[in-house]
Amino acid sequence: MTLSIWLIVSVALFCIGLLAALSRRHAIFILIGIEMMLAAANINFIAFWRFAPQPAQPIGVMVAIFSIAIAAAEAAVGLAMVIAVYRHFHTTSVDQLDRLKG
Amino acid sequence: MNSVVFAIIAIFTLTFALAAATNPRLMHAALSFAVMFVGVAAFFFLLGAEFVGLVQIFVYVGAVAVLIVFTILLTRRDAEKDRGFNWGGVIVAIAVFAGLVWAILKTQSVSIGPPVIKALTVKQIGEALMTSYVWPLQCVGVLLTAALIGALILVLEDKRE
Amino acid sequence: MNSWITSNVWLIPATPIVAGLLILGFGKHARLAGAGVAVLGQIAALTMSIFAFAPTLHVHGFRGVQNFTWFTFGEQSLRLGFVLDPLAAAMMLMITLVGLCIFVFSVGYMAEDKNFSRFFAYLSFFSGAMLGVVVANSLLLLFIFWELVGLASYLLIGFWIERPSAAAAAKKAFITTRIGDMGFFLGILWLYHQSGTLLFYDAGRGCLENAGLAALGGTATFIALLIFCGAVGKSGQFPLHVWLPDAMEGPTPVSALIHAATMVAAGVFLVARVYPIFAIGAVNGVTPSLTVVVWIGVITGLMAALIAVAQFDIKRILAYSTVSQLGLMMVSLGVGGVAAGIMHLLAHGFFKALLFLGAGSVIHGLHHEQDIRRTGGLRKLMPVTFTTYAVGMMALSGVPFFFSGGWTKEEILHATSNWPASHAPYYFLLIGVVLTALYMTRQIIYVFWGSPRGNADHAHESPNVMTIPLIVLAICAIAFSIVLTPAWPWLESYLTGHSAPFDSHLLLRPILLVSLVLVGAGFTIGVLLYRRAQDVDPVQRAQPALFRFLENKMWIDEVYDRTVIALAALAARVSDWMDRYVWDGLVRGFAAIGQFFGALTMDADEGVINAGVDETTDGARGFGRVMSRLHSGQIQTYLGALALGMIALLLFYAWLA
Repeated sequence: MTLSIWLIVSVALFCIGLLAALSRRHAIFILIGIEMMLAAANINFIAFWRFAPQPAQPIGVMVAIFSIAIAAAEAAVGLAMVIAVYRHFHTTSVDQLDRLKG
Repeated sequence: MNSVVFAIIAIFTLTFALAAATNPRLMHAALSFAVMFVGVAAFFFLLGAEFVGLVQIFVYVGAVAVLIVFTILLTRRDAEKDRGFNWGGVIVAIAVFAGLVWAILKTQSVSIGPPVIKALTVKQIGEALMTSYVWPLQCVGVLLTAALIGALILVLEDKRE
Repeated sequence: MNSWITSNVWLIPATPIVAGLLILGFGKHARLAGAGVAVLGQIAALTMSIFAFAPTLHVHGFRGVQNFTWFTFGEQSLRLGFVLDPLAAAMMLMITLVGLCIFVFSVGYMAEDKNFSRFFAYLSFFSGAMLGVVVANSLLLLFIFWELVGLASYLLIGFWIERPSAAAAAKKAFITTRIGDMGFFLGILWLYHQSGTLLFYDAGRGCLENAGLAALGGTATFIALLIFCGAVGKSGQFPLHVWLPDAMEGPTPVSALIHAATMVAAGVFLVARVYPIFAIGAVNGVTPSLTVVVWIGVITGLMAALIAVAQFDIKRILAYSTVSQLGLMMVSLGVGGVAAGIMHLLAHGFFKALLFLGAGSVIHGLHHEQDIRRTGGLRKLMPVTFTTYAVGMMALSGVPFFFSGGWTKEEILHATSNWPASHAPYYFLLIGVVLTALYMTRQIIYVFWGSPRGNADHAHESPNVMTIPLIVLAICAIAFSIVLTPAWPWLESYLTGHSAPFDSHLLLRPILLVSLVLVGAGFTIGVLLYRRAQDVDPVQRAQPALFRFLENKMWIDEVYDRTVIALAALAARVSDWMDRYVWDGLVRGFAAIGQFFGALTMDADEGVINAGVDETTDGARGFGRVMSRLHSGQIQTYLGALALGMIALLLFYAWLA
């Protein structure tokens, strides 16, 4: 099990998350994609922590923990936004959320 | 570490991730999303960061996935399915995948095997949190509070008129 | 007191000038105060003149000089000064005494005029300026006062500003005298250049003293003639006499003071003052400049006397008479009889002022009637005026023994007859004497004899304030003769500094006989001709062409009009044309050039710059329109772009490494 394999797996997960964010019409799926990408990044951190010479503090683990916490907060806010947008525009399809069109 | 176990968990996780990304039926996609996180937690276990894996199950599977399911329930009209699929996204995702894999394979320094490490205890994590990482801890607390309040305000209905 | 006044001679001109300024300050309605200040000022000047006169009596050839430095420029300084000598003292006495009489007369004559105060202010100012001319020790200071006198004359001739004829006359007077003054000023400059000083008497260095005169050398004649130009203008000699008769447009007291007694005398005084310059290098008392003086005097005297015979305005007759007498005085100075000429000047001042004031009395009595054809028989209606007028007339005609004018005229004839250069002036003067008696007889018969013509029967005698000065002047005219007789030539000796023996033999000289005969002849012809004075002058009936020639002042004014004035008008028209077409055209050309550049700039601005800016903004707008299509508002598009960008960056880093 080389590090490269782990990284390739996390990259794959990242790309699937990107796929979810880019190719679905529903607003929720962008959030789902983001969560997937974050998870992939966490795997990356932990893999590096595992395969690197150990530092005094378990830095990789710490980062992963904080990342999970922040991701949760961000998910909450994002979902609240989706609900608010749904209430205003009565749609969750991101195709129709183009008020910022220039 | 066992390569077979790794392969199984990898296939499991990636499959459900793909399902979450592509399934037109909303509920199925959301539930696949939750299962995917279990697989990720298994990855963490495999890597020796048990604590992180458990936190992952608590937070993601227990909270975030549930949240997402609730939001789907709250924001549907009669659309049970998600129609329309953007193939451009596939191309972009494949491009990104290709590029990153190429970068990884080109890098010599990551072709290493796992060294032997001491097990990471919760005690260590706790100590680290309370001493070196106490400030980030507090900041995250504030952030969570702010996120909570912000989310509440966002979904508050206008009672003015 | 005596020495004080000799050191402060400048006070005598200053007092009336200050009085004049005070009167102007009082304003228009302070009539009595204005007249009072003027008369007081004149009395003060008279008193001071008497005090100044006294020390000059004791010492023969007295000369008190005060010089001071006006300002310095670099190493040179300009010095002015005042002088008190017999000539100045005698002139001051005459000016202040005659002036006082005229001031008092004016109180009555100008009583109905609304500009009463202004009149007295101007009169005082004039009096002060004239006194300044007399006591000046520097040719420059004399010139300054000379010009002030001219200014006062202008103001007084044109006193009745609402009359265009008065304004025209004032202008004519000023311009004509200005021509003379130009020559005068050139003479001053030349004199300064040659001798380095303009002071007359300066402890030996003055320009009238030996050192100064020697420095002039051969230029003396030209300098003298240039200075004489000023005298010709001011004293109304031919050819600049044309302003004097027109100056009768002013009020009669003005005519009396300025154009009879004093201002016109300034020219004669000037020649007497700078006489040494005229007389340098005299051969038997004859020099080229003096010869010119004589001939101009002769021409003037004769011409004016002829014209006077044909005039109908009472004041014009007297004006031409003045011109004629001034010519006589010039002749006297020219032939070397300086004292005689000055004596006649002094006497003339008294009796000519008397005659003018008498004419003023007549005019006032007849409510401003000046044509002698509409007067007559005033002998009985205005007795005091008649008596004093007769005294003046006899003095002017030159009746000897009792009247001052007679003695002085005799002296002049005497001096002229002895002139080595020619006897012609003498004979011309003899004709002049006859003519003088003739026209005065004519005037007095017309005005005072016969029966009243026109409104003359309404005439009444003038008030006392006017007749008393007449009486005073008449007395002076008679009394003055005492000091003028050749038997006791006191005045002559006073003026020249020689001793004055009393010699009764000189009382009956041959010249006396000649003058008696001539005067008598004049009277007789006059009485015969004008005995029956009517509207049509007898001479006019007998010789109409000649009469018209004389009546129109020998057409001299018209000649000037066609020549000098026409030339000036032509020059004015040429200047106007130049201004309108040449200079204006130039200015317009520059303006056109400016406009052309302006139009060019405008085209550049509009076509090039504006268009360029417009093009640029259109391009920016188009570019912006294109660019804004990138903002689709689609989140997923943004995200995809983000991901691709990341990969591109990654590859770029890899390539760099």
